[in-house]
Amino acid sequence: MQAAVPAHRRPRPIKSLLLHLFLISGSAAMLLPFIWMLSTSLKTPPQIFTYPPVWLPDPIAWGNYRETVSVMPFGRFYLNSLIVASSITVLQLLTSSLAAFAFARLRFRGRNALFLLYLATLMIPFQVTMLPNFILMSWLRWFDTYQALILPPAFSAFSTFLLRQYFLGLPLDLDEAARIDGASSFRIWWQIVLPLSGPVLAALMIFVFLNNWNDFLWPLVITDSIEMRTLPVGLSILQGQYSVRWNLLMAGSVIAMLPVLIVYILGQKLFIQGFTMSGLGGR
Amino acid sequence: MALQPKPKSVTGDSAIGQGRGLARWRQAGRWNPNRQNEAYLFLLPSLIGLLLFTALPIVGALILSLVRWNLVGAPVFVGPANYIEILTRDQIFRKAFANTLYFVVTVVPLQLAIGLALAVALNQAIRGIQIYRVIYFMPVVTSIVAAALVFQWMFNRDFGVISAAIWWFGETTGTNIAPPDWLNSSAWAKPAIVLLTLWKNVGFTMVIYLAGLQAVPPELYDAAKVDGANGWQRFRNITMPLISPTTFFLLVIQMIGAFQLFSEPFVMSRGQGGPAQATLTLVFYIYQNAFKFGNMGKAAAIAWVLFVFIFICTLIQNRLQRRWVHYEAGEG
Repeated sequence: MQAAVPAHRRPRPIKSLLLHLFLISGSAAMLLPFIWMLSTSLKTPPQIFTYPPVWLPDPIAWGNYRETVSVMPFGRFYLNSLIVASSITVLQLLTSSLAAFAFARLRFRGRNALFLLYLATLMIPFQVTMLPNFILMSWLRWFDTYQALILPPAFSAFSTFLLRQYFLGLPLDLDEAARIDGASSFRIWWQIVLPLSGPVLAALMIFVFLNNWNDFLWPLVITDSIEMRTLPVGLSILQGQYSVRWNLLMAGSVIAMLPVLIVYILGQKLFIQGFTMSGLGGR
Repeated sequence: MALQPKPKSVTGDSAIGQGRGLARWRQAGRWNPNRQNEAYLFLLPSLIGLLLFTALPIVGALILSLVRWNLVGAPVFVGPANYIEILTRDQIFRKAFANTLYFVVTVVPLQLAIGLALAVALNQAIRGIQIYRVIYFMPVVTSIVAAALVFQWMFNRDFGVISAAIWWFGETTGTNIAPPDWLNSSAWAKPAIVLLTLWKNVGFTMVIYLAGLQAVPPELYDAAKVDGANGWQRFRNITMPLISPTTFFLLVIQMIGAFQLFSEPFVMSRGQGGPAQATLTLVFYIYQNAFKFGNMGKAAAIAWVLFVFIFICTLIQNRLQRRWVHYEAGEG
C-alpha cells in the first residue's frame, strides 16, 4: 500500500509529524475509556476513591471479577446473547437472501409493488412497532421467552434490500446456463448466487450479529426473569443493584466487552468492511 | 469498495432499478408460470415475518395511539386525545422533544466534522493507517450499555478521570477551575451524553468518509496543484463536492440515529432521564409511558409524532441536497 503511493503524493515530514500528533492524541482519547475501565475493574475500593486517580492498581484485585460473576449470572447472560444474536443472524440471512433472490432474479406478478412495500417499511422506526410487538408477544404468551427475543428482529426489509442490490450485480448468464443444465431455482440460489455473494453475506452477518448482540431496548422490555436477560440488560441490572461499586461495574463492563473486542481485533478488516458495506447499502 | 460487483446494472433506470439482465429476460418473453409460484415460495418466509412483526404492528400502533390502555383492563377508544394531550398540554413531552433536538443539533454536526477531519488525516498516505483505523473504530463494536457505564464513572464528580483532569488543570494553572457535577447537573448532563455519543460513533463516520475520500481520483489533486491551488482550495473545491454524497448519506442516518437516542441517556441517568428530565429523550419518554406509567396509547402517539418528525426532517434534507450534493454524471 505504502509503496504504491507516488513520491510526490506523500506528505512532507513536518506535515507527517503534525498528522501523527493529531491522530495519536485522538487515539488516546479513544483508548482512555477502555484503560480507565480495565484499571478500575482491578482496584480495591480505597484505590477507587482517591484523588489524584491511580492508573496502575496495586494490589491487583482479581477478586473483583470473581465477585461480579458471583452476584450476577454472567455465564447465563453470555449464553442468552449468543443464542439470541446467532439465531437472529441465521434467520435473517436465510429469509432475506431467499426474498432478495426472488426480487433480483425471478419475475412474478406484483414484484414491484411488493418491493415498494418492503422499502416503505424501512422508514418506520423500531419504536413505532415495538409497542404492538410487545402486546403481540404477551398475547402469544411469549413474554420472557427466546421466541420473543428472536422472532420479531429476525425478519428484515433492510437486509433483503441490501442483498437484492448485490444479487442484481451478478451476471444473469449464470442462472440461464444453470437452468439449461436443469438446475432448479432453489439450487441456483444455494449453489450459484450465495457462493458468489460471500463478501456481502459476511458483511451482513457481522453487522446483524453485532447489532443484536449489543441491542438493549427490545431485550430490556420483553424479558423479565434474570435467566432470560442478555448481556447489555444484565449489565444495566448490575448497575441498578451495585450503583457505587465501581470496581464491580467496570469488571462487568470488561466481561461484556472483551469477547467482542478480541474477535474485532482478530478480524478488524472484516468488521470495518461489514459496517461500511452494510452502512452504505451494499456498495 | 473493492468487494462490490460491477455496479453497472445496479444503477438502473427506475427507482427500483431494473437490472440489465432482467431487461434481456423481458425481451425473451419467457413467462414461466411455474417460476411464478416458485418466486412466492422464496418470498414466503420473509413476507410472513415482516407482515407479522412489522406491517401488522404498524397498523396496531395506529390503533393503539387512539386508545387509552394500561395493558390490564379493556382499552378505551379516545380518538385523537393522546395526540392532543402531548402536543398541547404535556410539559414533559415538550422537554423531551427539546432535549432530543438538542442532541440532534449537537451530535450530528460534531460527528460529521470530527469524522471528516480524522478521515482526511488518515487519507494522507502516512504510516500506521491500519492501526489508527482499528483504534478509532473500536468503540463502534462495543456494547453501548458497557460504554455508557464507563462514561458514567469517568464523569463522576469526585473520583472520575475527566473531573480529575479538570481539577488538576485548575490547580496547576492557578485558575482553580472546578469541574461541574456532570451527570447531576441539568446544564452538564447533556454535554456528557454528547461526548459519549461522539466517542462511540465517530469511528463509523470516519470509516465511511474514508471510503468516500479514497474514491476521489488522485489525478484531480495533481492537476489542481499544477494550477497552483493550495491545500484548503483543493479541499474546498475538489474534496468537498466529490464526497458530498457521502456527507448527505451520513447526515441523514446520523440525524435519524440522534432522534432515536435511548440507551445512552438511559444508562447514564440510571434509567431516570434526570436530573429533572434534562436527559429525557423522546424514545426514553415512549419507554416510560409504555412500561412505567402504563400508558400504551400515549406511548404509541409519541412514537408516531417522532416518526412524522423524522420523516419531515428527512424530506427537507432530501429537498436541500439538490443545492449542495454533487453526483457524478450518470449516477442518481
